[in-house]
Amino acid sequence: MAPSTAVPEAGPERRKIETRLTRGDRLYRSLATAAAAVTLALIVLIGVFLLIRAMPALREAGWSFITVKEWRPDGQQPRFGVSAMLFGTFVTALVAMAVTFPVSVATAIFINEYAPRRIKQTLTSLIDLMAAIPSLIFAIWGLFFLIPLLLPIEQWAVDELGGSLPFMRAAAIGASLFNAGLVISLMTIPIATSIIREVLSQTPRHECEGALALGATRWGMIRTVVLPFGRGGIVGGSMLGLGRALGETLAATLILSVTFEIKPRVLENGGITVASAIAVQFKDAQTMGLSALMAAGLALFAVTFVINMLAALVVSRSRSGAGVEA
Amino acid sequence: MTTEASTPTTPAPAAAEGGTLRAERVSAWFGTRKVLEDVNLEMGAGAVTALIGPSGCGKSTFLRTLNRMHEIIPGASLAGSVLLDGDDIYGGTLRVTQVRRRVGMVFQKPNPFPAMSIADNVAAGLRLTGTRATDRDGLIEDSLRRAGLWNEVRNRLRAPAGGLSGGQQQRLCIARSLTVRPEVLLMDEPCSALDPTSTRRIEETIGELRSQVTIIIVTHNMQQAQRVSQRCAFFLAAEDQPGRVVESGPTERLFGDPEDPRTADYVHGRFG
Amino acid sequence: MTTQPIAAPRPAPRRRTRTGAGADLAEFAGAAVTSFAITWLIFARLMPFTVQAVGFAVCWYGLFLLAYWLITRDGHGPVIAADRVMGVLITTGALAAVTPILGVIGYVIYKGAPVLRLNFFTETLAVTGPLSAATEGGAMHSIIGTLEQLGVATLISVPLGVLTAVYLNEVRGPLTRPTRLVADAMTALPSIVAGLFVYSILILQFGWGFSGFAGSLALAVLMLPTVTITAEQVLRVVPGGLREASLALGAPQWRTVLMVVLPTARAGLSTAVILGMARVVGETAPMILTAFGSSTLNANVFSGQQDDLPLFVYNQVSSSQDTQVQRAWAGALVLLALVLVLFVLARLLGRPRTARVRRPAPKPATEPAAKPRQERTPR
Repeated sequence: MAPSTAVPEAGPERRKIETRLTRGDRLYRSLATAAAAVTLALIVLIGVFLLIRAMPALREAGWSFITVKEWRPDGQQPRFGVSAMLFGTFVTALVAMAVTFPVSVATAIFINEYAPRRIKQTLTSLIDLMAAIPSLIFAIWGLFFLIPLLLPIEQWAVDELGGSLPFMRAAAIGASLFNAGLVISLMTIPIATSIIREVLSQTPRHECEGALALGATRWGMIRTVVLPFGRGGIVGGSMLGLGRALGETLAATLILSVTFEIKPRVLENGGITVASAIAVQFKDAQTMGLSALMAAGLALFAVTFVINMLAALVVSRSRSGAGVEA
Repeated sequence: MTTEASTPTTPAPAAAEGGTLRAERVSAWFGTRKVLEDVNLEMGAGAVTALIGPSGCGKSTFLRTLNRMHEIIPGASLAGSVLLDGDDIYGGTLRVTQVRRRVGMVFQKPNPFPAMSIADNVAAGLRLTGTRATDRDGLIEDSLRRAGLWNEVRNRLRAPAGGLSGGQQQRLCIARSLTVRPEVLLMDEPCSALDPTSTRRIEETIGELRSQVTIIIVTHNMQQAQRVSQRCAFFLAAEDQPGRVVESGPTERLFGDPEDPRTADYVHGRFG
Repeated sequence: MTTQPIAAPRPAPRRRTRTGAGADLAEFAGAAVTSFAITWLIFARLMPFTVQAVGFAVCWYGLFLLAYWLITRDGHGPVIAADRVMGVLITTGALAAVTPILGVIGYVIYKGAPVLRLNFFTETLAVTGPLSAATEGGAMHSIIGTLEQLGVATLISVPLGVLTAVYLNEVRGPLTRPTRLVADAMTALPSIVAGLFVYSILILQFGWGFSGFAGSLALAVLMLPTVTITAEQVLRVVPGGLREASLALGAPQWRTVLMVVLPTARAGLSTAVILGMARVVGETAPMILTAFGSSTLNANVFSGQQDDLPLFVYNQVSSSQDTQVQRAWAGALVLLALVLVLFVLARLLGRPRTARVRRPAPKPATEPAAKPRQERTPR
């Protein structure tokens, strides 16, 4: 063939490649698509069914659903609202996160930077095991072991500080929002630790080495390189833990003595969270009661969903989270 | 293993099996970027055609248009037609899976299936195309013999394929391709990841297969092209330009007395 | 004359690099002793209340940090002092995370083992009353319930989850991004909401009544996102070259997935399944609303209230009878053992195999490095 030296004329047009899928492939693709559609349908169904069931209660209560704290949906004069529950959920989650945040960050840093090589894998497995232990078991351990252990200190705190700080007063201690939050932190620590550990391990090694080569101490390097890099992942991991804390049922159910009150005295007995209200009130609820519980569940669903989406967004947008599966 | 004492330029025996591939005005794009321009090439039976040229000139892309693997990449498109024994493989008459059965491929990096034994790997093509085989063991032995691997693995057919050396894995992949009885075998730089000894063995295998299957091989290695092929096509891409075939013809002529000065420059090692 | 070979010089001994010095230990010990003494003083003499273990420890710890910081800052400067103190704090944080795990496991064994007898696995609570001893009766009905519900939940969620993962990684249709987002969001679904959902759709809408199957559905809803996401990660690790090789042989896509991709990912997929199971085996909250629990054996998972291990523990522990609480600990021990078994199983299955595809290298093949596996932490 003669070498082409002339300018080639315009060749044939791009063609649309026809791929006639085999019958097997068409079936396979349909099945897989159907499976994916199930996941999508599921979340829609959950929202829809809860909403349908919650409508009677919402219509009955109107906006007072958010402001009222009593819970008497089945009766002559139904009066019910989630304000006490929301407060309780908020406080327990806050306490849980206040404990989880420093502990999980410290543990993650310890595993990555301080732990000797041999125990690193053991520690990581231990944290994974902690995530696998059912919350029921943590709840009963908290109820029977941890809280009795802490009672004397709490009593001391109430006695010493109750005079000056009103929210530290307590008529009786033990079955409090604070203790419930403490036990919930046991369940959120492993989640947050796993994610933060993975995020921090992605810190570019050359940046760390740069800091060390300048003569920085280990903590200095962590403070200036690792933590700023991992900021997004730390926030995201904590928020995922927060989502878990909001939905946690068992700890609150077993530990709290149920009172539908807004309780700023966090060490005092009594309180209620959304999740524990559903668990506790379910057996005796009648029609309106069930509807009200559905509404409460819907509220919980919406809040955790939003927080989880935000957390995923924060993690993926950050420098550290971009390559990590949250 | 027998060594064929023949030079690559000996013409093929008269009764050559294997199919004929003809590319007519083939151009290829990745998205909006044109990577191949107007390739016309005839690759006949009984001969090994080598596609040579510096890296990035579209040789591998062209190879993949010959068995419809180019379109797997999202955004890929092409123009022109490729005729296998007269039928356009991109037309409506042939199914994709049929085309790929008839035009086999061996890749640069050996990719035996790790979840299967050696024997299962060789026969994988049958399972994957849903072909029933009456004499499965006989077919496996035949393919392994043709690939020049039988003597080395005959006693461990049930062993996992991952336990073989690189050269053995590549010959296993050749055997695997041969089991489905393709008419054409495409080889995309099959020896570039292997040591010289394995390379030599595979080149011998290519020589032995030549009369049974039409072979088209992409290679960076000019000496290999001279050793192994009877026909050659020289690809070249100017800067920011799609690749084109500058010259093609019998290997002896391309290397001994090229018509195009660019071909001469390349085969004499002045660039690339 | 024979020449004496010159003795080869002895190789220099390997050194262990040390970042600290001996004096550092003295500083640490000194700070510890000082703070202990002061704490003792506060608790025994100056303050009018009894020595109290946890309070003592907290006070000692706080004073130790202060003393350590002051000593180090005086000796080495504030930067080193900060490094030391932060080191202590970080180690404390890690201990605070690890101690509860060991504490929980130990305590459950301590409380549960004395009550656990063989009849625990063979009897139910049908004949036990509030006055029965803790070792009377058993949880056979609960164990059977757990196994049945877990089995049904796995049968539902695993094929769905793996197929969805196949869609996300292999088919990659237009639903990919929303499905992945939703699956991620669903991992955070509160378990009680899952129970509410199944209750509202199965028991209210269809009027089926409480059953083990309703419980399994709730568990399946909770398992599905975990299995999907882990399975997708596993499929992603399968090398693309294998899919190419299969397609180049003339295989249709479905055979490629079924006969090449999935078998290659078998170990990782098994891990995904078992992790999903471990996650839901201890779920209590949704079961309150769906399976409802009972004290007698109901082997039919599809009709009638059914008990399971978490409900057993929950109900027994909520009672005011001591013996029932003790029995609950035995149940907790069995549940914990079940979770541990699943966890270890997942770890063993996830371990990379030794005979892997070797790199084609000119040198004689050496032992290949194990591929790291990304595992999704269950919640």
